[in-house]
Amino acid sequence: MTAPAHDPYAPSTPAVYGLMAEYETADALISATRQARQAGYSHMDGYSPYPIGEVADELGFPRSEIGAIMFVGGLCGATFGFLVQYYLNGIDYPLNIGGKPYFSWPMFAVITWELLVLTASVSGVLGLFALSGLPQFYHPVFNVPQFERASQDRFFLVIEATDPQFDLTQTRTFLATTSPLSIEEVPE
Amino acid sequence: MATVTETTSESPSHVGPYPPHPEGLLAGPHNLTSLGDKIANVVIGEQPPPNAWWAFFLLGMTLLGGLGVAVAYLFYAGVGIWGINVPVAWGFAIVNFVWWIGIGHAGTLISAILLLLHQKWRTSINRFAEAMTIFAVSCAGLFPLIHMGRPWLFYWLYPVPVNFAMWPQFRSPLTWDVFAVTTYFSVSLMFWYVGLVPDCAVLRDKAKNMWQKVIYGILALGWRGSALHWRRYEKLYLLLAGLGTPLVFSVHTVVSFDFAVSIVPLWHATIFPPFFVSGAIFSGFAMVIWLAVPLRQFYGMGDLITDKHMELCGKVMLGTGLMVSYGYFCELWMAFYSHSIYEWDTTLQRVWLGPYWWSYWALITTNTIIPQLLWIRKLRTNEWALFAIAGSVHIGMWFERYVIVVTLSRDHLPSSWGRYAPTEWDWLTLAGSLGLFITLFTLFIRFLPMISITEMREFLPHGQGGRDGHAVMENAK
Repeated sequence: MTAPAHDPYAPSTPAVYGLMAEYETADALISATRQARQAGYSHMDGYSPYPIGEVADELGFPRSEIGAIMFVGGLCGATFGFLVQYYLNGIDYPLNIGGKPYFSWPMFAVITWELLVLTASVSGVLGLFALSGLPQFYHPVFNVPQFERASQDRFFLVIEATDPQFDLTQTRTFLATTSPLSIEEVPE
Repeated sequence: MATVTETTSESPSHVGPYPPHPEGLLAGPHNLTSLGDKIANVVIGEQPPPNAWWAFFLLGMTLLGGLGVAVAYLFYAGVGIWGINVPVAWGFAIVNFVWWIGIGHAGTLISAILLLLHQKWRTSINRFAEAMTIFAVSCAGLFPLIHMGRPWLFYWLYPVPVNFAMWPQFRSPLTWDVFAVTTYFSVSLMFWYVGLVPDCAVLRDKAKNMWQKVIYGILALGWRGSALHWRRYEKLYLLLAGLGTPLVFSVHTVVSFDFAVSIVPLWHATIFPPFFVSGAIFSGFAMVIWLAVPLRQFYGMGDLITDKHMELCGKVMLGTGLMVSYGYFCELWMAFYSHSIYEWDTTLQRVWLGPYWWSYWALITTNTIIPQLLWIRKLRTNEWALFAIAGSVHIGMWFERYVIVVTLSRDHLPSSWGRYAPTEWDWLTLAGSLGLFITLFTLFIRFLPMISITEMREFLPHGQGGRDGHAVMENAK
């Protein structure tokens, strides 16, 4: 929050992560995000106590990658499960059970299915955390005291400083037109 | 938001600035803040645990101590301390295993199947039902494990690449069961935890002291409610529900294969998988009612878990109970119609001639006859009546498995007939598993939000700050 210690003469303004606007309702956040997108902003994120699909739509994230990840994960798990059963019971240590053929594939269906579900679920959960960069215990948005209410009853839009169009005063003026409750600077 | 004028006659308990919930799924004037406070206060200690919590916790710990004694003596003396012998070689261990795992099925049913079916009422009960699932599956897993004789070698059940030069037999339903139950436990745990992450973030931000902030903060993984994260989260939630639905059916189907793939008369039946699955849901909902009533009574959760929820649980119980009863009828009919002398004679032994005829009639009374009371609306909306009927279902579902297991005492060959009687150690282990469940559940309601804060907020009507119902089905992309 303070200036870097190695340079005592640096200006005391901290680096800025972005500007945070606070809204009272989900609908206000949706319309503010839409206006920001129409105004040409692209590096931004909305924060809310519960999922609001429309905000992600307006942020230009219409479809998550989770489905593809789980599909691939499940396919790998099912293939592995099936082949392991055939190899272990049919080739490596052939077991004659009731005269059934070694490649009695219907008998392998159950464990193949269970492993499909298990690996698809594990890859989905790991995929969510990996793509979202979690666990991430520090994030600049937590520097704003008001942000505690993002998990309670308030809705926030943050336009990030990395946005090519970002300008502290202009962006603040723009955010003020979206009728927020407050606008805060987010220190890096 | 259209202003709805007074309709006080509909719900006299309703006070405050908001209109009553159109479907009766919310019985209090809640908004985002009050909802979060109500659920989180139990956890962060704002609302101290009621005396009943201590009573249940001590009861659970006492019984859990009993389990410790029973298991310690079992490991010392071996499974001979139980009443098992040939021909009834599984005895209580499998009765209790199937009973517990059946109870564990309602959690995933509520969180997954009802989600896919757009049932909004799942939102108030899914969290503690999922917890119930995890704890019930833990209790279930205990029984095969301690029945093994040498439980420390349990890993032989998995294809662990060690130098045995031997592998599990993958064509056996018992091996399928190991994989099914392990998968079910793992997926239920992940589903539960993913749902808990945003709620832990709520608790982190509401924490009253440093400990709470650190512990819930770690559990929340730094969740900040980003719209991009929510998008992935919802997709994951929907897909886990989509996988969880066939998983529930497959797990209890596999449990039924433990019996149905054998050639024992009355076990070797194609009705077993659907019959077992509906029985599982039946007993699971009975347990949901048993858990919901104390939460309403001692924690005042009646405005979130409303009379409507209780009634709907009663209806699910009635429906699945009828399916189970159809299964009982079908068993009798198929034994008669098959003209198999073994099927028919085993049926007669089970129903009338054998030494355990009384357990069959105990089953029919508690599982088929008493649940018919649920046709009466007055009883469905009276929580104590529901509680009593659910208790009857617990006993009935336990007897169902008992009746199936003691079938082994009289099958094809009269010279190998035998008797089965549980010993005091069998009973102590059963009571101890109840203690494990009660202890885990009381700890859960003390330290984790018993109702999903996030989903309840989303469930709130538009005018109260929410999105009027769970939108996962619409928003998951």
